[in-house]
Amino acid sequence: MRTAMVVLRKDLRLELRTWETLPAMVLFALVTFVIFHFGLNRATISGQLAAGVLTVTLLFAAMLGVNRLFVAEREQGGFDAFLLAPVDRTTMLVAKSSALFLFLCVLEVVAVPAFALFLLGPSLGPALPGLILVLVLANLGLAVIGTLVSAIAVHTRARDLIGPLLGLPLLVPALIATARAAGPLLAAAHASSAPPGKWLLILALYDVVFGLLAYAVFDFLLED
Amino acid sequence: MSVDSAPPAIELRGLARYFGERTALRDVTLALPEGATLAVLGRNGAGKSTLLRILASLLRPHAGEVALFGEPLPGRAFVVRGRLGLLGHEPLLYRDLTGRENLQYHARLHRVELERVDEVLSAVRMERRAAEPVRLLSRGMVQRLAVARAVLHRPQLLLLDEPRANLDPAAADLVEPLIGRASGCTRVLTSHDPQAALAEADTVLALKDGRPVFVGEPGQFGPDRVRELYA
Repeated sequence: MRTAMVVLRKDLRLELRTWETLPAMVLFALVTFVIFHFGLNRATISGQLAAGVLTVTLLFAAMLGVNRLFVAEREQGGFDAFLLAPVDRTTMLVAKSSALFLFLCVLEVVAVPAFALFLLGPSLGPALPGLILVLVLANLGLAVIGTLVSAIAVHTRARDLIGPLLGLPLLVPALIATARAAGPLLAAAHASSAPPGKWLLILALYDVVFGLLAYAVFDFLLED
Repeated sequence: MSVDSAPPAIELRGLARYFGERTALRDVTLALPEGATLAVLGRNGAGKSTLLRILASLLRPHAGEVALFGEPLPGRAFVVRGRLGLLGHEPLLYRDLTGRENLQYHARLHRVELERVDEVLSAVRMERRAAEPVRLLSRGMVQRLAVARAVLHRPQLLLLDEPRANLDPAAADLVEPLIGRASGCTRVLTSHDPQAALAEADTVLALKDGRPVFVGEPGQFGPDRVRELYA
């Protein structure tokens, strides 16, 4: 964990120094909400449609972060430097997943209120605790899968293409579960203030399964 | 009866590495005792950098055996990684971090005390520019920082790929105690200057198209052989 913290701190410092990832993710999400606003030709949306718009937007914004996650390591020798150190290679997975998780949380702190402002019909307040729970579980899955996919894509020439092509299909179950869990929370009459347990369970299970899978294979992804 | 059973610092047997159809290295066999210097000579693309990356455990050999300090690679690479220092074509420094931040990051990865960062910065005379992002430094300064990074964790085996590239004579003299013979480390070095490399070496490995054409003492590798190798 100590090594993971060292790598995470370095990643956060690099982001604070360059602002190459977070602003792009946030701006993408905001622009997408505006596009949906005009594209749907509706002043407000609610329920499953609102959940779908929010989830898809966050997913696509996350892909921007996924694509950039290992760029500094690849272009500036960070991989080699890390591999030369006597450390457990899976600490890189923990560090990068944590960085992406934090980026997603910051994205949502801006994007969710903006979504409520631009598009959401019902008030966000009552849904917020349940929505936070859903988004945290979704972020965990996104962070792990995103790190795994990014580690594969960064070794290819077409990494900007490979990331979404590999990542989006893998993330479909998480997308479905997130949207279905958030749907009732964003319904017009506030049908529920708690997300459906079944979809939360599926999200949690997805996180655990892919977390274990990533832990098992990540070491090999760093090999030549 | 006392027998010195210390394994060689480097032991290669029938080492081979391919990139697709292309042979990068083939049939490389040698042993280098601790504290000795191996000069690897050859034209561009001869396999010098590939050999260094295999020794650094960054590349897997496709055939043959590699052992460092008696530990076989890649199986026991975890054990020897902390004893290696690599100075390659890339400085392995983040351009948007300062020199000091980069070295502190490496010190933490290698679990080296942070005081050592000041020590190596002072040794390469980069203390005054250590607070600047690496992207703002000249190539010579970046190379000095790369030397500091390579020796930060007091490695026992230095893998030096053109170590004096981008360094003026004064800077080359400056890093000499860190990466030269005086460092006391076992060294593997490549150089575009074969005469200088031969002067430093205890053993020479000459490569041509990935195959060894000479392994032996530098005295046996005369000017004619140098001309032949680089012709």
